[in-house]
Amino acid sequence: MNWVTKMFSSSLGQKFIMALTGLFLCTFLVIHMIGNLQLFKSDFGLAFNTYAVFMTTFPLIKVVSYLLYASVLFHAFKGFMLIAKNRKARPVKYAVQDGAANSHWTSRNMGILGTIILLFIVVHMKNFWYEYKFGHDVGYTAYIQDIHKDTLVSQAMEPTYTQVKKIEEVNYSNESGQYHVTIVKDLYKEVAVEFKEWWLVALYVLCMFAVAFHLYHGFQSAFQTFGINHSKFNGLIKFIGIWFFSVIIPASFAAMPLFFFFK
Amino acid sequence: MEKNLNLSLKVWRQKNAKDKGQFETYKVNDISTDMSFLEMFDVLNERLIVDGKEPIAFDHDCREGICGMCSMFINGRPHGPKQGVTTCQLHMRSFNDGDTIVVEPWRASPFPVIKDLVVDRSAFDRIISAGGFISINTGNAQDANSLPIPKDDADESFAAASCIGCGACVAACKNASAMLFVSAKVSQLALLPQGQPERKQRVMEMVAQMDSEGFGSCTNTGACSAECPKEISLTHIARMNRDYISAELSSTK
Repeated sequence: MNWVTKMFSSSLGQKFIMALTGLFLCTFLVIHMIGNLQLFKSDFGLAFNTYAVFMTTFPLIKVVSYLLYASVLFHAFKGFMLIAKNRKARPVKYAVQDGAANSHWTSRNMGILGTIILLFIVVHMKNFWYEYKFGHDVGYTAYIQDIHKDTLVSQAMEPTYTQVKKIEEVNYSNESGQYHVTIVKDLYKEVAVEFKEWWLVALYVLCMFAVAFHLYHGFQSAFQTFGINHSKFNGLIKFIGIWFFSVIIPASFAAMPLFFFFK
Repeated sequence: MEKNLNLSLKVWRQKNAKDKGQFETYKVNDISTDMSFLEMFDVLNERLIVDGKEPIAFDHDCREGICGMCSMFINGRPHGPKQGVTTCQLHMRSFNDGDTIVVEPWRASPFPVIKDLVVDRSAFDRIISAGGFISINTGNAQDANSLPIPKDDADESFAAASCIGCGACVAACKNASAMLFVSAKVSQLALLPQGQPERKQRVMEMVAQMDSEGFGSCTNTGACSAECPKEISLTHIARMNRDYISAELSSTK
């Protein structure tokens, strides 16, 4: 057997890949969260919509996004395979097993939490990614900025309006002033409309709890798998894992649907 | 003087490896709180013998916490409710009068049940045979001072070497993973100069043997270390993870 195949088919090698893809998905969450903070801006979605164009057209981002889809599928698929293998290691279950006495419940339920997240990703991709790329519900909006007065007006285009480029920008001036016009697909509006559904908001918020609990164990666990367990760094890893990845990130994501629901 | 205990025991009975097995309930009365858990089983077995019944088979040897034989899964935890003890070191004062105690054998496919509470742990021996040794072919023992070893490393190695191979880590782990055992056996040698010549080969072969025995993989729940009677640290698992990957990447095999 080739040494690479041998390494990655061993139990340690497989965990190594789980940790590697898992941490990569963590870095994605950071970018995704920071980018989506633009939803909170009071600019009718101009910043968010131009950001969405950038994220779907810039070549480097496109390459990374395919790597990301592959990582999600691989992490999930490998996870299910490992669960099946680990179940086989204990064919006869205990009548009584007191897991709470020796381990944190998140660490014992990574498979269930991960499955919830996987289903969430499917729903989430359908809601926004699919609608943006292939759906017909997302219309175009024109943003008219007055260059001198620094005012901004948005004007939804006719539902039948379409354009070849994802973003069209023109400058024009008349007797009342100079204007900069941007016409983009209005994903922001799609977000605002979708998050008026109470059940969808509830689903999103609940799924962020699954993310929080999955990362509570997952982030720290990845470092242990890489062999990084040292008294000098454990405090920092634990702090980032708990406060950043299982509190700030999921809370920020959960705030987005809630913001639009109550807006 | 403490009041003696009256208890119900739900014990796993299985005639042999092929038998399906089932729980049987026994009442034991007037148990001294100073007895160890195994002595309580001795009392029960004496009675079963007098009654002409088959006594409960369980493993035990030293009865002082160093042989690692007394593999009993008591009320959902290996070696019962106390930390850092084996079953022989668990005393009946840890239980209350009227308690029902459930006792099962270790459950893992690499640890098949031989009879009742006795399991076959020779999978561990095969892992050790695969690489848990150092090869010294001939000659006298070297002068100890010719091999300087930092005190911290010696202590860490000794802490790993305190593993008694009881299998509580496998029993406690939800995946029946043997990572704590194998990592302790890898670490105790990896930390010392005598272990260096075979360091890469050792970790690769022991991991390969561990996998082929059918143990599950590690999900870092920490249950193994929490239940280990010798309180072996998870840092040894991290060390083995490091050693394994770097050995695979750098060895010529």
